[in-house]
Amino acid sequence: MPETLIFYALSGLAIGASAMVIGQRNPMYSVMMLIASFGALAGLYVQLDAPFVAVAQIIIYAGAIMVLFLFVVMLLNAPKEDGSEWDRSHPLRQPVVVRFGGLLGSLLVVQLGWALLSTRGLGGGVAAIGDAETVSSVRVLGRVLFSEYVFAFEATSILILVAMVGAVVLARREGEGS
Amino acid sequence: MDLMLIAQLGVIGLTFFMLINASAILVLAERKIMGFMQQRYGPYLVGPHGILQPLADILKLLMKEELRPKGADKWLFTLAPMLSITAAFAAFAAVPWGAETRLFGLLDEPVKLGAADVNVGILVVFAITSMGVYGIVLAGWASNSKYSLLGGLRASAQMISYELSYATSLAAVILLAGSLSIREVVDGQSGVWLGFIPSWYIFLQPVGFIIYMIAGIAETNRAPFDFPEAEQELVAGYNTEYSSVRFALFPQAEYINMTTMAAVAADLYLGGWHGPFLPPEYGWIWFLLKVGAILFTYIWLRWTVPRYRYDQLMRFGWKWLFPASVVNLVVTAALILYFNA
Repeated sequence: MPETLIFYALSGLAIGASAMVIGQRNPMYSVMMLIASFGALAGLYVQLDAPFVAVAQIIIYAGAIMVLFLFVVMLLNAPKEDGSEWDRSHPLRQPVVVRFGGLLGSLLVVQLGWALLSTRGLGGGVAAIGDAETVSSVRVLGRVLFSEYVFAFEATSILILVAMVGAVVLARREGEGS
Repeated sequence: MDLMLIAQLGVIGLTFFMLINASAILVLAERKIMGFMQQRYGPYLVGPHGILQPLADILKLLMKEELRPKGADKWLFTLAPMLSITAAFAAFAAVPWGAETRLFGLLDEPVKLGAADVNVGILVVFAITSMGVYGIVLAGWASNSKYSLLGGLRASAQMISYELSYATSLAAVILLAGSLSIREVVDGQSGVWLGFIPSWYIFLQPVGFIIYMIAGIAETNRAPFDFPEAEQELVAGYNTEYSSVRFALFPQAEYINMTTMAAVAADLYLGGWHGPFLPPEYGWIWFLLKVGAILFTYIWLRWTVPRYRYDQLMRFGWKWLFPASVVNLVVTAALILYFNA
C-alpha cells in the first residue's frame, strides 16, 4: 500500500512539474521544474527495481544536461515571457502555433490511451526479457549494450561527436588561430 | 525485528549527527591549523584552547539579520542554500562507515554501519554530489548581483569540467573491484600483500587517487581551486548577498561535501574500516582516522598552495587531468584483462 501511495505521489509530481515547465513565464523556474520532473521520474525507476537507470537519469539529465540549460538561460539572461500579445477573445481564434500544439497534445492523449488499452498488464514487457533482477543488473545491461545493441550504441556516440565538432566549428570565429 | 528497525534508525540518526558535528569540527580545525601554519594560536578565547569557537560562530550567525536584496528573486534566493545543504547531507547517505555490528550482543542480527546500503552506491554519491552545483548557481543568479553571478557561472563551469576526471578516476576503482557497491569495494580491500602491505586500492591506483583528490578539491570549491568565491576578484562570489542562517548554510554544505569526499576516498582507496590491530567491530575508528588524515591534507593544501588563475584551472582540468584519468582507466582495464586472461 505505501508503494502505491509513493507511486501516485511521484507520478503526480512528475506530471505537475512537467505542466509547470510550460506554464511558467520565467525560464529559470521552467528549468527548475524540469529538474524536479526528472527527479520524480528517477524515483519511479527506483520503484521499478532499476536503481542503475534511476541514478543514470539523475547523473545525465539532472546533473549534466540541466546544468547546461541553466548555464544558457543565465548567460542569455532570457526575460520573462509576455502573455498579453495573444488574442483571448475566442478559444478558436488562436495563432497557428497554439493550434498545432493542441493537435499534437490530442494526438499524444489518443496514443497514450491506445497504448494503455492494448497492453495486458504492465509487467508483460519485463517478463519477456527476464526477471527484474537480471534486467536491472549493471553487468547484464553492459553486456547487452555492447553486444546486441553495439551498432546503435556506436552510431549514437558518433552522432553526438559530430554534433560537438559542429558546435565547435560554428562557434569559432573567422580568422582566429589555427 | 522491531529492535533491528530501531538500531537501523539509530545508525541513520548517528550518521546525520556526526555529519553536523563534522562541519563544526572542521571550522575549528581549519582555523587552528591555519593559525599553526602562520605561527599563531588561532581562536583561543571561547572555552579551553578555543574549542567552543564554532558554537560562538553559529550563535553569532543565528542572531544576525536576514537580508535580501531588493532585486533578488524571492523564491530561488531562499531555495538555493536549502538545495546546497540538502545535497550535501543526502550524498553521505550512501557512504558506509563501518563493518557490521551487533552492539555487544544486544542484537540478534548484525546491523550495517552506514545510512543506506545501496548496490549502486558509488553512482548515488556521484549523482547527488553533482546536484550540489544547483545551489551555488542559483544563489549566484537569484542574488541579482554581478559578483554573485560571476561566482555562480564559474562554479558551474568548474564543477562540470572536474566532474569528468572525478568520475573517470572512480570508474577505474569500479573496474578493479568489479562492483558498484561501496561496501563490496571496501570488503575487496581486506587482507595484506606480501605479509605487510595492506591491500588497499591506493597501491594499485596511485595515479587514480591523485586525480581523485585534485578533482575532489575542485568539486568542493576549495583552495587552490576556490574560484567561485575568490575574494580578491569577486568580493565573496556566489554568497556575497547572503547573511545570517542562509549564509551559514553554504560553508556548512562545503564542509560536509569535504567530509563526503574524504569518506569516499577512505572507502575506495584506503581500505575503509580495514586496518591492523583493531577487531572488525571497531573498524570505524580506522575509518575516522583515515577521513581525518585526508581532511587534514585538504586544509594543509588550502593554506600552502596559492590560488590558480581561472584559465589555468580550465586548461589544467581539460588538457592534463582529464586525459590522465582516461589513460589511467584504459591502462587499468588492459592490465585487468591481461592478468585475468
